[in-house]
Amino acid sequence: MTVLGAPLVNLNQHWLTTLLGIVALTLVMTLAVMFATYYERKVIARIQQRLGPMRTGAYGIMQPMADTLKLVAKEDLRPATADPVAFELAVFAIFIPAFLALIAIPYTQDWIVSPLPLSLLYLLAVSGLSFIGFLMAGWGSDSKYALLGGMRAAAQLISYEIPLILAAIGIVMITRSVDLSAIVIFQHKVPLIVWQPLGFLIFLTASIAELERQPFDIPTGESEVAGGVFIEYSGIRWSMFQLTSYVNMYVFSLLGALVFLGGWEWPFGRDVGWGYQLLLTLAKMSIFIVFYLWVRASLPRLRVDQLMSYAWKVLIPFALVQIFLNGLVLVYDLPDVALLITSGAGAAALVYFIYRSVRVKPRRPLEMVANSVAARSVV
Amino acid sequence: MTQIFFDLMAAIVILGALGVVLVRSTVYAALFLIASLMGVAGIYVLLSTEFLALVQVLIYGGAVTVLLLFALMLTKVRDLRERAPEPPQLAGAIAAALALLAGFMTMVYKTTWPRNVGQITPISFNQIGTALFNRWAVPFEIASGVLLVALVGAIVIAMQEEGER
Repeated sequence: MTVLGAPLVNLNQHWLTTLLGIVALTLVMTLAVMFATYYERKVIARIQQRLGPMRTGAYGIMQPMADTLKLVAKEDLRPATADPVAFELAVFAIFIPAFLALIAIPYTQDWIVSPLPLSLLYLLAVSGLSFIGFLMAGWGSDSKYALLGGMRAAAQLISYEIPLILAAIGIVMITRSVDLSAIVIFQHKVPLIVWQPLGFLIFLTASIAELERQPFDIPTGESEVAGGVFIEYSGIRWSMFQLTSYVNMYVFSLLGALVFLGGWEWPFGRDVGWGYQLLLTLAKMSIFIVFYLWVRASLPRLRVDQLMSYAWKVLIPFALVQIFLNGLVLVYDLPDVALLITSGAGAAALVYFIYRSVRVKPRRPLEMVANSVAARSVV
Repeated sequence: MTQIFFDLMAAIVILGALGVVLVRSTVYAALFLIASLMGVAGIYVLLSTEFLALVQVLIYGGAVTVLLLFALMLTKVRDLRERAPEPPQLAGAIAAALALLAGFMTMVYKTTWPRNVGQITPISFNQIGTALFNRWAVPFEIASGVLLVALVGAIVIAMQEEGER
């Protein structure tokens, strides 16, 4: 990206260019989110053998515009008994952290609004702040469903932040850097997914939970809490919640693409020019987004107790095992292949563990009646 | 420029702290506390200790305040509208607060600091890690032991509740 012929590097030296970068990112992200809703509907429709939006423009391409116009034009209602300050400000408390995360992401080698030396930690810290907004929205709406949804959202965000951070610690141990750019450059030969398959699986699962997407959409599950914190919101505020959740999806997809798939560095090296670098980053990001959509179309929602025990009894122990294995390999200076073997074995163990817990055991009819009375826990 | 940001952050910290004490709604007080802690994180950034700032956001902004908010929102604490502190209690509170302030101020002014405090000494993330795990390894281990005990205790209490049901 060039502004009037000058390359956009060293942005932090010039607060004006930084400001321009932030404005540009916000605008681009808003447009990207509009189209994320479009291709989410299209992809899920194809998975379910439907066509999805087809009427508005060719192949329904104008559908996001129509949706946005409708949402902006809707009346912004506030319940009479709601707490005005918490209710109105909750939107911003969720919205701002999501956009704060965008400034530390290296989209290409030079395209980064603010090159922070601790950008990975910054991303995780900032994205963990949105729980305040969920609690404010839940409490401020003065509705039982919203309060329950807010509590569930906060509990889920806090719980799944731990495996996410532990998986990131495994990465930091190997790359010896907390800077996303340095982590990407580290992967110029082999992407980190090869060395950290267990960490990757943990990151992937925990990121779906952090995004509160299906099958972890317990805080907003419409059949349980009728939309959760969103229940009392309408019009522009509701669409800001949606905007934020899609921005978060982009942030976590970008994070996964940069940290585990090699970002703009792998496989072509960094001399291919910013156009290819950007394409590469976005292509890898799309892999994650398609995966999130695919999971949404395929898996049923977990129960709230399953959700918690999955985080605390499965993901966190496995993440600690990953850190321990990395430590062993690094301390005894074993060859890199040892990382692949140990982490791969861990990943296989995790997959087998989940498979064993969710597989359906064949039962005789009488046993099925007896068992359906007693609640079964999956994990 | 730095001075403006420092004034801004200091204002957030002080106003947030005043809000915690003066606001009658307990949930608002918790929200003011979050704002105040975020202001402290901002001051850490100005002191070029970004790592401390991020940990402040992660631990105090995230984990600690969520406990407070959970407790307040789930237990339906009544707002303290009618119950203003009674005069003897008020006097005691003011005396205690002033004594604490005096203690902190003497501590700040009496301590001989290892480096020149007039200017910022940038300490890198790696230096903090090395110091923590080599020089201060024993206090670190003791702290982690205490946390482990607390963790096990919490699990034991939670399990007892499960059994009683």
